[in-house]
Amino acid sequence: MSVLEVPVLSVKQMNKQFGNGCSTCKNMKLGKMTKNYCHKCGTVYACRDVTFDLYQGEVLGIVGESGSGKSTLMKSLYFDEEVTDGEMYVAGFEDGKKNLFIESAQKKRYVRNHLMGKVYQNPILGLKMNFSSIGNIAEKLISAGNRHVGSMETRGAELLEEVNIPIHRMKEEPKNFSGGMQQRVQIAKALSNNPPILLLDEVTTGLDLSVQASVLDLIKGLQRDLNISIVLVSHDLGVIRMLADRTLVMLEGKVIERGLTDQILEDPQHPYTQQLVHSLL
Amino acid sequence: MENILDIKDLSKSFILHNQCKDIQAVNNITIRVKKGEFIGITGKSGSGKSTILKSIYGTYRVQEGDIWYESSHYGPINLAKATEREMIYLRKHEIGYVSQFLNVMPRTTARQLVTEAILEMGQSREIANMETEKILDHFEIGKELRDSYPATFSGGEKLRLNIARAMVKRPRLLLLDEPTASLDHDSKLKVKTLLEQLMKEGTTMLGIFHDLEFMNRLVNKEYSIQNGCFNQAIQKI
Repeated sequence: MSVLEVPVLSVKQMNKQFGNGCSTCKNMKLGKMTKNYCHKCGTVYACRDVTFDLYQGEVLGIVGESGSGKSTLMKSLYFDEEVTDGEMYVAGFEDGKKNLFIESAQKKRYVRNHLMGKVYQNPILGLKMNFSSIGNIAEKLISAGNRHVGSMETRGAELLEEVNIPIHRMKEEPKNFSGGMQQRVQIAKALSNNPPILLLDEVTTGLDLSVQASVLDLIKGLQRDLNISIVLVSHDLGVIRMLADRTLVMLEGKVIERGLTDQILEDPQHPYTQQLVHSLL
Repeated sequence: MENILDIKDLSKSFILHNQCKDIQAVNNITIRVKKGEFIGITGKSGSGKSTILKSIYGTYRVQEGDIWYESSHYGPINLAKATEREMIYLRKHEIGYVSQFLNVMPRTTARQLVTEAILEMGQSREIANMETEKILDHFEIGKELRDSYPATFSGGEKLRLNIARAMVKRPRLLLLDEPTASLDHDSKLKVKTLLEQLMKEGTTMLGIFHDLEFMNRLVNKEYSIQNGCFNQAIQKI
């Protein structure tokens, strides 16, 4: 590691609002807004001025209560949502010099298909439930430019084996699978194009403890063996403590605190972070 | 001998928002540590000993004062103002922290734990595997224990593994937070031998001890702390 380290992913002053905003909320006048919601025009400011860097091989944790903007941020990073304004740079695209948020849909698709993988909190968003599991993986491989059926099948089987889905069930549809299995098929799919960046949105929420453990072990192994950079959203501080090197805390769309994970957990500064950490202990 | 660590006027307080309280943990602490020195810090519970170590390690964010550390990678660096990435690098390569609690990934065996620490340093898996066996031998972690989870280990075994893990990185600066608390006599002796060896190898150490007799046989200098301030510094050897 050199002193001048280049981030794999860099997000600068990203804003995402739902609604057009009015003269009241545009000036962010206090008293007229409840949290990040404007009473006058109904605009929700989901992400406000979010800035962070992600470096190679690290896990960046994002914590925050429901509605704090975590998932909107993740959707924006994967171009599922169009941002209101802001900048995003990815090292593997044009040397990290072009703001991806203002690039064409085609370029965004390229980055999404070749440089990123995402696991959604809800498997329905990440998988086609009526396709076979291996077909789901092939879909991502085809988007990444793969056209050889034999090699795609080999790769798919390899990945499903890695995430402990029995090979004799690879032709089965994910809708027949348990939640934990669906989540693991999603992870296999997200990994199929060897992405340098992996976005994980609440991957363990709703899974029982032992399945949660196997998914977490899988993630830890991926980071260790493949040196992937991961953005990990979770409201489970135990998961964050176990996996994340650095952590951002979000509240009402803003990043209110950031630091090394042990700093956040042992020396929280913001009243909300203190409340959050004390809820854990 | 040059200083490896130069703590100047370090103050740290904790603001507890829910109680509207501001707790001053340490106040205006100054410590100079020469390369290869072993410094002992003593004081009552709650006097601020751990706060000093955690401020050096970056777990606590320092409000006032500087912690100048002579890094082999960055040169002189103020740990009180270092970036997160700088701190991660230093923790990986230069500064070790050992407490009486073993904080490890669940479902990781003793062997994996040490191997991963070596891999993190950029060694090949082959070398890492060899080194791991050597180190576990050295720290007398029985062969039958190596493939089991450290959560099932006894206190002494956990601690030895904890030191072993910190040791593989050959830290230039090692912070010891009550490394001998809750250990029996035999285990303490083993830890003492290990620490003496580290001293011989030139590792600089800062340690917190409650067992004064144990400490007095090891350290070069003792700082005694009371209510977050230094009471006295005693030169030992």
